Amino acid sequence: MIKKEMIAMLLAGGQGSRLGVLTSKVAKPAVAFGGKYRIIDFPLSNCINSGVDTVGVLTQYQPLRLNTHIGIGIPWDLDRNIGGVTVLPPYEKSSNSEWYTGTANAIYQNLEYMESYNPDYVLILSGDHIYKMDYEVMLDFHKANGAEVTIAVMPVPMEEASRFGIMIADENRRITEFEEKPEHPRSNLASMGIYIFNWKTLREALIAMADQPALDFGKHVIPYCHEKGAPLYAYEFTGYWKDVGTLSSYWEANMELIDIVPEFNLYEEYWKIYTKSEVQPPQYLSSDSVIERSIVGEGTDIYGEVYNSVIGCGVTIGKGTVVRDSIIMNHAQIGEGCVLNKAIVAEEVKIENNVTLGEGEEAANDTAPHIYNHGLVTIGEKSVIPKGVSIGKNSVVFGVTDASDYPDSRLGSGKTLIKAGEQ
Amino acid sequence: MRAIGIVLAGGNNHRMQELTQRRAICAMPVAGTYRSIDFTLSNMSNSHIQRVAVLTQYNAKSLNEHLSSSKWWDFGRKQGGLSVLTPAVTAENSNWYRGTADAIYQNLAFLKNSHEPYVVIASGDGVYKMDYNKVLEYHIEKKADITIVCRDMEPEINVERFGTVRMNEESRVEEMEEKPLQAKTNTISCGIYVLRRRQLIEMIEKCAEEDRYDFVRDILIRYKDVKRIYGYKMKDYWRNIASVEDYYSTNMDFLKPDVRDYFFKQYPDIYSKVDDLPPAKYNPGANVRNSLVSSGCIVNGVVENSVVFKKSYIGNNCVIKNSIILNDVYIGDNTYIENCIVESRGTIRANSRYVGDEGNIQIVVERNNERYIM
Repeated sequence: MIKKEMIAMLLAGGQGSRLGVLTSKVAKPAVAFGGKYRIIDFPLSNCINSGVDTVGVLTQYQPLRLNTHIGIGIPWDLDRNIGGVTVLPPYEKSSNSEWYTGTANAIYQNLEYMESYNPDYVLILSGDHIYKMDYEVMLDFHKANGAEVTIAVMPVPMEEASRFGIMIADENRRITEFEEKPEHPRSNLASMGIYIFNWKTLREALIAMADQPALDFGKHVIPYCHEKGAPLYAYEFTGYWKDVGTLSSYWEANMELIDIVPEFNLYEEYWKIYTKSEVQPPQYLSSDSVIERSIVGEGTDIYGEVYNSVIGCGVTIGKGTVVRDSIIMNHAQIGEGCVLNKAIVAEEVKIENNVTLGEGEEAANDTAPHIYNHGLVTIGEKSVIPKGVSIGKNSVVFGVTDASDYPDSRLGSGKTLIKAGEQ
Repeated sequence: MRAIGIVLAGGNNHRMQELTQRRAICAMPVAGTYRSIDFTLSNMSNSHIQRVAVLTQYNAKSLNEHLSSSKWWDFGRKQGGLSVLTPAVTAENSNWYRGTADAIYQNLAFLKNSHEPYVVIASGDGVYKMDYNKVLEYHIEKKADITIVCRDMEPEINVERFGTVRMNEESRVEEMEEKPLQAKTNTISCGIYVLRRRQLIEMIEKCAEEDRYDFVRDILIRYKDVKRIYGYKMKDYWRNIASVEDYYSTNMDFLKPDVRDYFFKQYPDIYSKVDDLPPAKYNPGANVRNSLVSSGCIVNGVVENSVVFKKSYIGNNCVIKNSIILNDVYIGDNTYIENCIVESRGTIRANSRYVGDEGNIQIVVERNNERYIM
């Protein structure tokens, strides 16, 4: 007989459109983070470190990279005879085939998967946060309070509270009310999008609400449970937790890793973060190289200078190149004599010699100022930048570009150059 | 591939000094992130050999740990896979492996229960890349009984610690000497052999009947005039790490761009056990030149012309020159290390100084009890 006390359902289908070209070809959870990791490594590692060995990963948007990364779960020790990791894409049904239309709808469409493990509790996670959390402790809290639903919350500054789903709890942490992005928040406990449900409660709610379009946990399922009088509790988490949903927060979270003793420490022995290691050789630093305040992944060759940066695996940084405050993802090739300032260079980008990124004065981006801001230059994956060009701040380049795309060898600040479909 | 693999990983020798007190030579860390047996195992995997036995005996703990899962080399198969065979006391036998041939004899069942027609035997201390299929093709083309992989060593290398081989113009082996006092040729045996499985079983059984135990002396040298033994010359990079000097120079070879390109960038890859370590971190004060640094390291000081293995910590104001720092070493502030090999899991106290000579590399073994906590 198969029995798992708690299984996890990890929502990894979202596009994460606020990451701009970084998620043009990959789902947000598969975006590289911290040199050698991908965002989904954090919740997956939390699962196995918390003793949750059955994880359904719900995919929908651009799943190829995510599927390749997860495989059969070997890096997280989630290759199990019973349970382990299962990738759950939307599928055709005899009637009513549809995409996943909302977070809870995705879970609803996989009731059978959950049923097959005969769980007592179901943990709902999202694949786009950087944090270390022991879900077992949260489960203990859930049991001790006799809760039917427990929502992980985190105190946020009152002035930012209106950006979140806010929980109002009594002194016993029982939730009395909640508000979605309130204009005048009455509490600062923000929902982290992490829930533990009693399986029966979840099942009943999902079936009852099945016809609701775009069925969502925050908007529909939690209010439904609350109306039915189910005890809802808020589990307060005070550790490091970072939403990397925007380019600037993504960049900041990466930069925090290079502090001497970072708040989010990857070097702790007892809570390792696992990932699929694509590259194994050591990194090489040449006689001319300079490196300070940076982290660097395996197999990277550095011939230039690197300051305050996060460098992935299998990267080459050419001689005479100076990289500052930048994120360079796996297998990017940076030529010689380049200057990179506050650049986010995605995977397998090729930058030819004497290219300057992040030059000149700031100017608001002409197509999507809400995405490309904070002076960052973003280069989408597999892009090619021809030699000798200079690219300004708040700009974005995606695709194989050549000299004819850069009048006077320049792309000014705030400009967008996207040559989609030509790769 | 139509062959099974046998990796001889039992050996030890005094030329490795303190370095093999705690591990077999095959478990020696190489090139920052590998162990020497990874090269042979990856070669076997990349040659599509699916059934591999590793024969181990001496100080096998860290080797066994390294081989605790066979998935890293893609040997986690339903058909075949990786077996680690240690000497076992049975009703008929209560001996350790008394030699390489005896080691194979004691595991003859592995050979007898296979169905592949050929066997590739390789020692586990070589650092090289090789497609054994090429050797097998050559073996078949020459209608050889045994094929030995040979290599012409560079004139500056002293070949007296190897087995030397002299071949005729058809590449048939005419003379073979084990560790000659005065070498007549610079062609050496790389310790890689291809032969028919039934031929091997026959020879090994004969050997055992006559109380002979050594594969090189009692099979290769003894049979060279009776059996058709051929040499296959390999021309690519090959080193073995059976002495401190070789171990040091082989690691230092990886600072050369062509060697790194050959092993790290060109197809096929060398695989190793994955350790789940974070990226290497360079704090203010780090100054690293012409060096290899592995994952999990934290560098606060100067590193020059050195190979730093996994998970090492190099303190403030340290200077590490022309040295090899093995896995998981903590080096306290203001330490100076030159021309040394620092043994793994050591804790070097702050303000220490260790200086070896260029021709006489010092081995540093520091087992201080105070261990750092991250």
